[in-house]
Amino acid sequence: MSTYLGMPSLPVHGTGNLHASESFPQAAHRELANTQLRANLGHATHTIRDKRIQVVSELPDWEQLRDAGSAIKESVMARLPELLEQFEKNFTARGGVIHWARDADEANGIVAGLIRETGETEAVKIKSMATQEIGLNEYLEEQGIAAYETDLAELIVQLDHDKPSHILVPAIHKNRTQVRDIFLREMEGVDRELTDEPARLAAAARAHLRRKFLTAKVAVSGANFALADSGTLAVVESEGNGRMCLTLPETLITVMGVEKLLPTWQDLEVFMQLLPRSSTGERMNPYTSLWTGVTEGDGPQNVHLVLLDNGRSAALADEMGRSALHCIRCSACMNVCPVYERTGGHAYGSTYPGPIGAILSPLMTGIQAEENNSLPYASSLCGACYDACPVKINIPDILVHLRSVDVDSKRGKKKIPTQMDIGMNAASWALSSGKRLGMLEKGLPLGRLAAGPDKKITKLPGIAAGWTQSRDIPAPPKQSFRDWWKKEHHAPGTAPAAAHDQEDQP
Amino acid sequence: MRIALFATCIVDAMYPATARATVKILERLGHEVVFPSGQACCGQMHVNSGYIKEAVPVIANHVNAFDTEDYDVAVAPSGSCVASVKHQHPMVARSCGDKDLETRATAVGAKTYELSELLVDVLGVTDAGAQLGSYFPHRVTYHPSCHGMRLLRLGDRQARLLGSVAGIDMAELPEADQCCGFGGTFSMKNADVSSAMLEDKTANIAATGASLCAGGDASCLMHIGGGLSRQGSDVTTLHLAEILASTLEEPASVTGEVRVTTGKATR
Repeated sequence: MSTYLGMPSLPVHGTGNLHASESFPQAAHRELANTQLRANLGHATHTIRDKRIQVVSELPDWEQLRDAGSAIKESVMARLPELLEQFEKNFTARGGVIHWARDADEANGIVAGLIRETGETEAVKIKSMATQEIGLNEYLEEQGIAAYETDLAELIVQLDHDKPSHILVPAIHKNRTQVRDIFLREMEGVDRELTDEPARLAAAARAHLRRKFLTAKVAVSGANFALADSGTLAVVESEGNGRMCLTLPETLITVMGVEKLLPTWQDLEVFMQLLPRSSTGERMNPYTSLWTGVTEGDGPQNVHLVLLDNGRSAALADEMGRSALHCIRCSACMNVCPVYERTGGHAYGSTYPGPIGAILSPLMTGIQAEENNSLPYASSLCGACYDACPVKINIPDILVHLRSVDVDSKRGKKKIPTQMDIGMNAASWALSSGKRLGMLEKGLPLGRLAAGPDKKITKLPGIAAGWTQSRDIPAPPKQSFRDWWKKEHHAPGTAPAAAHDQEDQP
Repeated sequence: MRIALFATCIVDAMYPATARATVKILERLGHEVVFPSGQACCGQMHVNSGYIKEAVPVIANHVNAFDTEDYDVAVAPSGSCVASVKHQHPMVARSCGDKDLETRATAVGAKTYELSELLVDVLGVTDAGAQLGSYFPHRVTYHPSCHGMRLLRLGDRQARLLGSVAGIDMAELPEADQCCGFGGTFSMKNADVSSAMLEDKTANIAATGASLCAGGDASCLMHIGGGLSRQGSDVTTLHLAEILASTLEEPASVTGEVRVTTGKATR
């Protein structure tokens, strides 16, 4: 790890909803058994996946856009302190108020304090990952403040007292019949004849939300981007609920991770092409709202921004992992991930599921926080996420890096080495010499013997039992290639070695 | 051309027929094959499991074995191991501060090719039936392994080579680009998710009606084949090198339903 001036000497790790409370394999085991969930997820991820591929393939300069997005984010991370100060200056000059929050607790306290100052006990909310991350709704509830989600999918999840399982489509694990049942059960004054037709469900939600929009005095939002050169914040959305929240209430409180900055207005042109195509598979999203401080007589007159660290400095301090902060929360990686597709988002514990969550959560909390060290292993390293990422985060390389951080963090601390430790040690010895491997290969006929007459191994002990739970291993061959080469290979035109008939296939 | 064979540890120990087929193909094209005897493994299992310290001697051994031998290019019948040699070896050497190893690993990586890459890009093979005499009269589907597809960008090289084999009946695999769920130690650490991925892969293979599934990586084929075997399926797996090496006179040995029992190749 390299250090530089201005870097906090002790990065603060993230708190709030960033932890897995049980290990990924355990959680995945449970989620995999939910066949309804798997069917819903398989259907939904494939639909979004296909839409994304179609709109991405329309752009001849898609790869250059990805490069540009990656380069802009890299430059932001390289001069984050300077850009944050520039943003603060411009945002403040236009009448906004900046608050700095080290972690989830500080951010929650600031937001609750600001709402309390208005004398209100209710707030409407725009879908926001940052406020999910810090557990704002739960905290406000404890403080006697009701926060109403206004994004349709977030509303479904909130009414169901559930947790989001996807960063863009938080109710991806529910189908429309389940949604109707939730509305009938939880929505005040809902039409008892409600069917599961999407248009009727949307109409029910619209009627429910309209009452909230028209009475709310306080709104809480996140932000997709912040432009340092003008002090402007941006929210990108589909439903228009965001526009309502950003314009109708008197007080607007935004919570945003410090990594969301872009240097200039012009940089938006890159991200406004990358984000909608990567997230919803649309050429352009329906609503993009931008606001710069306070405009007298128009829109909210009390405008606040809580700038949230919550482990981002810790992630930034990891040279190999810091590009995880380039993430623009598009969710393309989870939509193409074969692991996410089968387990769903809840298996990852944290607010951030899927491939990006498997790196971002442990980077923000530190690898040893609760069960977060199981997250970097939740991938077959197939690489689909890296290909889909609009800002080219090399997720597979960072997963491997975090696995090594996990392994190294335990070195010398264990009284008894694990089976994996012992196996890796032995394999390192055996596989770092052709001679040693050749010697061990002399034992292949023994493995053949163990396989028995059906020529397959169907049960292995210890960690290898994971393999044989659904797969056989073929009986090893009689002779290794190395041995054959030495004893029997002869190049064309040279004298043949003693020809043997032998069984090729294990 | 003098071509150094990197057999890879799994092929050397478990699937020697794949390496023998690779030798056969290259010799048939008139090239000289050498086998650097110090070789063992690329170390990918260690790197991908987070055991970087334990990976270093394995990587150093590979680099030593291949930078002391005299050859024009090196080849391996595996996209995954070649990707490791090309990308992981220099990266690990750099991360442990070994400049000399990094330089030598980069040089070895630059000369190392995956089999279809070598055949198509360097040796100009476009028609396996005509140029290699490849003959394989079976219905075959093909799984493109992730690392060949995404780390080496092999594109359709493997599929085109297979399609040009005389007598072959290629059946397109639905959702071919989806991972089979192997992922090295992932298959054990996250056995449930891995098995769920495998289930979908084998179902897609069964849907093609092919009698075997071909591929370019023995590890993925062992995974898919192991699943098919457990499910009691008649469908088996076979490395593309063995299909390319198969001729009318000397057909590849195939187990299961399509077993070919002519002379030399079987017991």
